[in-house]
Amino acid sequence: MNDRSTPSLVIAKKSDAAWAAEKPRSLWMDSIYRLSRNPGSIAGAIILTALIVAVILAPFITQYNPIEITPKERLKPPSTVHWMGTDSFGRDIFTRVLYGGQISLRVGIIAVLIALLVGVPMGLMAGFYGGRFDTLIMRVVDIMLSFPGILLALVVIAILGPSLTNVMVAVGISAVPIYARVARGSVLKIKEEMFAEAALLLGCSNRRIMFVHIFPNILGPIIVVATLGVAGAIISGAALSFLGLGATPPTPEWGLMLSEGRNYLRQAWWISTFPGLAIMVTVLSINLLGDGLRDAFDPRMKIN
Amino acid sequence: MLRYIRKRILISIPTILAVTLLVFIMLQLVPGDPAEIFLGEKYSTPEILAKVRHDMGLDRPLYVQYLDFLWKAMHGDLGRSLHTGRPVIEHLVIAIPSTLELAFAAMAISIVIGVLLGILSALKHNTWVDSLSMLVALFGVSMPVFWLSLLMIFFFSVKLNWFPAVGGGDLKHLAMPAFVLGVLNSSMLARMVRSSMLDVLNEDYIRTARAKGLYERTVIIKHALRNALIPTITVLGLEFGALLGGAVITETIFSRLGLGKLYIDSILSKDITMIQGITLFIALTYMITNIVVDISYSYLAPRIRYE
Repeated sequence: MNDRSTPSLVIAKKSDAAWAAEKPRSLWMDSIYRLSRNPGSIAGAIILTALIVAVILAPFITQYNPIEITPKERLKPPSTVHWMGTDSFGRDIFTRVLYGGQISLRVGIIAVLIALLVGVPMGLMAGFYGGRFDTLIMRVVDIMLSFPGILLALVVIAILGPSLTNVMVAVGISAVPIYARVARGSVLKIKEEMFAEAALLLGCSNRRIMFVHIFPNILGPIIVVATLGVAGAIISGAALSFLGLGATPPTPEWGLMLSEGRNYLRQAWWISTFPGLAIMVTVLSINLLGDGLRDAFDPRMKIN
Repeated sequence: MLRYIRKRILISIPTILAVTLLVFIMLQLVPGDPAEIFLGEKYSTPEILAKVRHDMGLDRPLYVQYLDFLWKAMHGDLGRSLHTGRPVIEHLVIAIPSTLELAFAAMAISIVIGVLLGILSALKHNTWVDSLSMLVALFGVSMPVFWLSLLMIFFFSVKLNWFPAVGGGDLKHLAMPAFVLGVLNSSMLARMVRSSMLDVLNEDYIRTARAKGLYERTVIIKHALRNALIPTITVLGLEFGALLGGAVITETIFSRLGLGKLYIDSILSKDITMIQGITLFIALTYMITNIVVDISYSYLAPRIRYE
């Protein structure tokens, strides 16, 4: 008995030594390490952090009021006084872009939170219970997916009526299928793992297995999709406001600002240029970070 | 093959029915009485309202209304617009060609750009060409369609006066909206082609082709590209959907009288029958596209079939 077990003991000792030589890292630490070596995602993170700080500190950065009308300052081009010029109501564009960031980031984050809160439990339960329950939920997802792109959000807006709050709900609901699918897919993989079976054998309740044992293990892909989702939600939210279905004047919302500047393209290019640039820089930085996260969590994972 | 086609169509019938049910229910979910919206506020005495409700069939049980809705929709009758009073289908027939024209032109542009970018970055994998192509693709994902549209209008209509900013009808009017939509939707395709091409280039048969001394160009075009493009077909359905969605915004900006603009105008004016008609049409078109995509994929790659 003793003789037979010796070789494996030796191997165990070797690998112990190897482990001791390396710094022990968890899956999360590993991911963060990989993330920190990706120049794109570092750039994205830095830009995004700067943006968030600027947007939160808006009242301290600018002395102007985002909605106060100043007729004699109308349509002023960018200068040292008004860095991004003024709009047709004499409002400082830079100020409005800063305050608009608060709205756009909020729309992006709340929409994704709604999608997460609805989609993840749906996918989690569908994947966990399987069978008819799974079929039913996936049917619902299929139906939602038959409204392409921004159309599902438009359907929700058509029912709820146009408003900024409804835009968040609409964009959130339209993203539910994505999270349901990602969660379900990940659960199906994790469910077969030893620890999930062990938890079942130990007599854990279904809810406990789902939320304590499975959920933490599907967080990786969900965080990745959610990060990229915030970028998409910001664009969709701005698009809906641009179309006149979201924020209403005089709210400093980026999409709405672009739309207001549309009639002044000839005289005042700056009105719609800077909000457009703001959307693009924000979305680009989030996408850079999201792409980095995806590579960090699972280099082989692909999302379309 | 036929069995697969039949099965693929059969399994989508419940989804199609569910979509029609959802579109039907929209009428009940929208606040406000359709008869009242139809009449406008000043004429709506209770008697007239009751009569219009009866004429519109709104006083019947819901399931009768739904079956009636379904039966009529199958025969091309989607009701009348609450605003113009004309049949919804007449509005659709006018708007559809313009949207399809835009969607197909944009699709062609995005396929050309996406496939070229994808191949280029796969062939020059891990070089600056690859990084640059993927950066361009990333810009494509991050650029809001309405902003690029405005930039195009600013440069090519306002400054250079090359293309008309608004309207539709000919190629000159189609150029800018199609380009905007096509370019922005090419990124998804570019990423897909790249990863698919990279997978294929590592296959044994590519090594064999090279080993027997074929020109690199023959290897790439005849052996690699053909196989790499097959999985790409699967995203074409998604792509078409994204284009239909994107058309809503571009049509509004470029004032093209298509489905998208009609849709936004209907939402803003609460023309619920029109909203229902357009929603149903777009959802069905999209579903049929996906069925066609799946079937052609299973034909081109018989090993992989969606169950």
